[in-house]
Amino acid sequence: MPGVEGFMYPNEVSLYWSVLIVLYPFITGLVAGAFILASLARIFRVEAVKPTYRLALLTALAFLIVAPLPLQLHLGHPERSYEMYMTPHRTSAMAMFGFVYLWYLMAVLVVEIWLDFRADIVALSQSTIGWRRWMYLAMTLGSANVSPRALAIDERVGWLVTLIGVPSAFLLHGYVGFIFGSIKANPWWSSPLMPVVFIFSAMVSGIALVMLLYMAATRLRRQPIDMLCVDTIARCLFYIFIIDFSLEMLDLIHRVYEADESFRSLDFMVHTRLYFSQIVLQIYIGTLTPILLLALTQVIRLGATARKRIYAVAGSLALVGIFAMRWNVVIGGQLFSKSFLGYTTYKMALVTREGLLVSIGLTLLPLLILAVLVKILPPWPEAEHASIPEAVAAP
Amino acid sequence: MRIFRDTGHLFRLAGLFAVGTLSFFVIRAFLVPRSFGEYGHYRGAAISEIAAHPIRFAGHQTCETCHTDVAQTKNAGKHAQVNCEACHGPLAKHADDPSIDPGKPDTAVLCVRCHAASAAKPKGVPQVDADQHANGLPCQTCHQPHNPAIAAGGAK
Repeated sequence: MPGVEGFMYPNEVSLYWSVLIVLYPFITGLVAGAFILASLARIFRVEAVKPTYRLALLTALAFLIVAPLPLQLHLGHPERSYEMYMTPHRTSAMAMFGFVYLWYLMAVLVVEIWLDFRADIVALSQSTIGWRRWMYLAMTLGSANVSPRALAIDERVGWLVTLIGVPSAFLLHGYVGFIFGSIKANPWWSSPLMPVVFIFSAMVSGIALVMLLYMAATRLRRQPIDMLCVDTIARCLFYIFIIDFSLEMLDLIHRVYEADESFRSLDFMVHTRLYFSQIVLQIYIGTLTPILLLALTQVIRLGATARKRIYAVAGSLALVGIFAMRWNVVIGGQLFSKSFLGYTTYKMALVTREGLLVSIGLTLLPLLILAVLVKILPPWPEAEHASIPEAVAAP
Repeated sequence: MRIFRDTGHLFRLAGLFAVGTLSFFVIRAFLVPRSFGEYGHYRGAAISEIAAHPIRFAGHQTCETCHTDVAQTKNAGKHAQVNCEACHGPLAKHADDPSIDPGKPDTAVLCVRCHAASAAKPKGVPQVDADQHANGLPCQTCHQPHNPAIAAGGAK
């Protein structure tokens, strides 16, 4: 049989979870990571990353809107998806995604964005005309109160929402890791470390994405890049990347030392079918290279231009590495037989519902949505209409 | 009450959420079928609806009442345990009205469903690479499907 080597059970020959299921944790991870970067500014009071705060929130929203689409396309019948809200299946982790998603979208992101942009929305509802005015008026919910006291209350409530948002972001992406980690029949997935690894890799990808978007958007707007801001983000990225890599290595060492009955089969797979995507793309190009590049900026005094270039390269490679990690988890976990005696091949289609073109479209769609969101709610520091009084401290 | 004046927008937001939640429960009351959850996590009425479907399979005993010669041939060969409708498809209509001709299955397509080579199949099942084995000829050129051993004779 073409593409099959050794002994495969009949239901293992073709893969059920395609590239769309690779995209799903990748996109969800970007959401969680972008939100955690935003929380750095708000909860952890890292003032230097403030210029990216609003952009990070809008990025998280844009990607969160797209996050369920790969699942919808993979499963088919999107008209049935509301059923998981109507008749929730409480013992199914997959069915609970609807609630995790809805909680994060409605109770965290939308509320936080609304509170943070409220002063701007009110100002825009007064300065625009036509349908845009109506749109902003609807977004104000009929309240134009932007008194210093009202804004101070918004700040406090927003702080509380972010506080709830951080564990929610962990829940959102920890959940995605849990889906894989809890499948005990698959030794490539079944690991209690999976949710933790997913969370840290999500932080890496989300922070790298917002850093790249901030640098690209600032350049497009012909504004100077706030170097203190990108330096701080890059430092955070560096530290979290090291934790992420350490956790993955811990998982690897644990597997090597434990060497259970699946080890020889998985080891063979990593050295053959997954060699390029796992060893070359994920570890060498997508993890070690960006870590070394970021380390370089920490130990050697470099000029702003060199640092910006290094951050751009390291950020892009980090995204490639995290995508490769998702690929290796999702696709890698389906390439070997439960008999540990055979391997199959994943051949990605091009124009089908689960093909390459749809995947590229789904990767670009959040950027398009982000462009629209940025147009509606400009996140740039100079666009902030009403600055929140400095004297108001969060509780 | 200044505090209420400055938090008015938050109450509006909370109100919007309350309306949303309420709408959800109202819509849910209309959309979830009444019999849902009666026996398990599915629509209870589905059981009686499925039970009311017309019967499509006649069962091999029904076939054998008329086709005694075929039943004898089949029972003498390796396919003795294979039910008639496993290959011929559901035939309740034909059993009710024998003038309805169900047609004969195409053996070139039918046989490979079970006999195409696969390492995962039990060794006792004869397995062939159809292209090499038959060279495009239908299986019944050499094998009589009801008793496929060559010794039992070819197409009849």
